[in-house]
Amino acid sequence: MADKTMLARQFIEAIPHARELGMVLTEIGDGMAEITMAYDEKLIGDPETGVIHGGAVSAVMDTCCGAAVMSHPSAPGGTATIDLRIDYMRAATPGQTITTRATCHHITRNVAFVRAVAMDEDSDRPVATASGAFTVEKGF
Amino acid sequence: MKRSRPEPVQVVKQRRDAALAALVESVPYIRFLNITFDRRGDELTSVLHFDDKLIGNPFLPAIHGGVTAAFLEVTSVITLNWSHLWPKIESGELDPEDLAAGKIPRQPKTIDFTVDYLRSGLPRDAYARATVNRAGRRYASVHVEAWQDHKDRLFAQATGHFLIPQDPASKA
Repeated sequence: MADKTMLARQFIEAIPHARELGMVLTEIGDGMAEITMAYDEKLIGDPETGVIHGGAVSAVMDTCCGAAVMSHPSAPGGTATIDLRIDYMRAATPGQTITTRATCHHITRNVAFVRAVAMDEDSDRPVATASGAFTVEKGF
Repeated sequence: MKRSRPEPVQVVKQRRDAALAALVESVPYIRFLNITFDRRGDELTSVLHFDDKLIGNPFLPAIHGGVTAAFLEVTSVITLNWSHLWPKIESGELDPEDLAAGKIPRQPKTIDFTVDYLRSGLPRDAYARATVNRAGRRYASVHVEAWQDHKDRLFAQATGHFLIPQDPASKA
């Protein structure tokens, strides 16, 4: 299982857009993944307040969910998003790192179901939650 | 009384395009993704200019699902905002030059956003158009569709709900 985790880690770390946004995979294994993304001015969605754009949160959520799927013991290879819904609970505090945690809570031969949550440094009040369905690919 | 001569249509058009560009360029994340907007009257089409940094799967290669989501969300928010500004610009209540000079109105806030990934985004430019299906005083529902080579072969679509920023004057 360590090999799969390593493969998933390599895959995630090779994603050009993930590197561009400064995503760091901090935890992965057994259908669970954690990715952080440091605050950066290029991610700002509201120039008046400096709050980061919802789209940047979507990008980490999507990556984190994909990582969770790939690390699941029953996942044979890569994955692609079928559908992803994100609920935005509050604005992320400007200047703070975003941490996302995703869990692949069910997987079949063809579909993986994932839930995720995004937090800033106040982990008691989530910034956003996500739920999605992903494909189960045989290879990468 | 003699009416003053209307401004040449080209001047009016340029001013309105400048207002739209100011609205779009005020957001750093939109500049980072390099999304621009084309305008035909009140209808907007967004363009996601392809770049290698947008790649999500280097083996295919394909555009990152998060980029697709962000592109659709940006298109929805700008289209929704523009749909509020457009009548005010047409009636003269809002001067597009004020917008171009940096007096940018508050953006709508996303409540939720659901993306439907239909096929993988190819490593080339993408286009999107959003429709405001319902715009109430507080909430709006927006649908958005994105394509690359064929308008009838969408690669993604999404529906989102948004909170409309309230005018301080109308807060009661």
